[in-house]
Amino acid sequence: MTKVHVTTTINGDPTEFLCEPDETLLDVLRDRLGMTGSKEGCGTGDCGACSVTLNGRLVCSCLVLGAEAEGQEIGTIEGMAQGENLHVLQKKFIEHAALQCGICTPGLLVAAKSLLEKNPDPTEEETRYWLAGNLCRCTGYDKIIRAVMDAAKEMREAA
Amino acid sequence: MHYLSPTTVDDAVAMLAAQTGDCRILAGGTDLLVRMKSGFAEPDAIVDIKRIEGMRDILHEDGGFRIGAGVSGAEMSENADLVAAWPGVVEAAGLIGSTQIQGRATMAGNLCNASPAADSVPAMVAANAVARIAGPNGQRDLPVAEVPTGPGKTSLAPGEFVTSIFLPARPDRSGDAYLRFIPRTEMDIAVVGCGVSVTLDENGTCTDARVALGAVAPTVILVPEAAEALIGTTLDDAVLEAVAKACSAAATPISDKRGTVEFRTHVAGVLARRATKIAKTRAGGK
Repeated sequence: MTKVHVTTTINGDPTEFLCEPDETLLDVLRDRLGMTGSKEGCGTGDCGACSVTLNGRLVCSCLVLGAEAEGQEIGTIEGMAQGENLHVLQKKFIEHAALQCGICTPGLLVAAKSLLEKNPDPTEEETRYWLAGNLCRCTGYDKIIRAVMDAAKEMREAA
Repeated sequence: MHYLSPTTVDDAVAMLAAQTGDCRILAGGTDLLVRMKSGFAEPDAIVDIKRIEGMRDILHEDGGFRIGAGVSGAEMSENADLVAAWPGVVEAAGLIGSTQIQGRATMAGNLCNASPAADSVPAMVAANAVARIAGPNGQRDLPVAEVPTGPGKTSLAPGEFVTSIFLPARPDRSGDAYLRFIPRTEMDIAVVGCGVSVTLDENGTCTDARVALGAVAPTVILVPEAAEALIGTTLDDAVLEAVAKACSAAATPISDKRGTVEFRTHVAGVLARRATKIAKTRAGGK
């Protein structure tokens, strides 16, 4: 197979990579770029552990080809904290103990951030529906929802 | 494998014509990449159509809407004009998968994947939607209802692909709705789906209707008997009963892990009745 040369932007940084034509964006991020924050759960778009944004739109990176990233803007969990300063959502996840094993956490954080950018004041129901594509087998979800609702409140007050 | 990303329809058609092996169209990728991952598809080439001009656009045309083959469910849900004109179609497309899937999944892909349980297809058939198809012999328009021919099969010829879906102009006092039965509250495959579109006159009498069912036959089916029961009436309860009966009678489902023949046959009628009520309300009927 001939590798595809891709020029893209990841978390604001211009990035170039070579990938196989059938290689997923998730595999590119993890195996070629060393960005292992995005996790592979199912690999078939069911679990949301690989959630990233593509031109600001929440997607599963396991269902995007690396080649499709040409000229696009990708956002990953690695772009969430500013250096040592955690994002409000990250702080609230810790505060509310909204994680145990942590595999689903990056995807949930990326998805929750995407929700709050679109809707800064979501109801609990809206939050649960938005995050329904992010599976967590540890927490039972309640702590995650509380963390997101609390983060949303704090972000609104700070705005 | 080759990844091809043409920027014009002509280039895409030429690329498809030049391929000798298994060549697949990539729109949202939410079916194709899953198939590749699970080993059910090993294409020699993928033609990504999303860089073709117009594929990501929702355009007003002749009073209706032309929805590019690369437009995602999320993009449809955010288009206020489209939601106002065709709420049932938008809701049907919006039921497919999670937020993440909505960011990618397209109606054209849902149509060409040709699942009998595809959520957007009964709504499109009820809407009398038309698929625009490009291929080696030029461009043609085909009613959405005539695209799927069986599970996983379409009437598209080799080298053809859908470039857009057209939803026609709406007369005043029109409404549509789509309902499906699933055992969960979200993110599941329809056990039965039903799309209904109605148009009323100023007295509330139904002048036009289309009713379509999903997951009760090898393809999504139009139920003309249900439409006949609706037209000329004010869609009262007795008429809704007749619609339910017509839909149950038209259903020829299989039994599988999602539902039995008896259950699907019954639910086809229930959903038809409920969806008709919603469509009627949306059309301004009392």
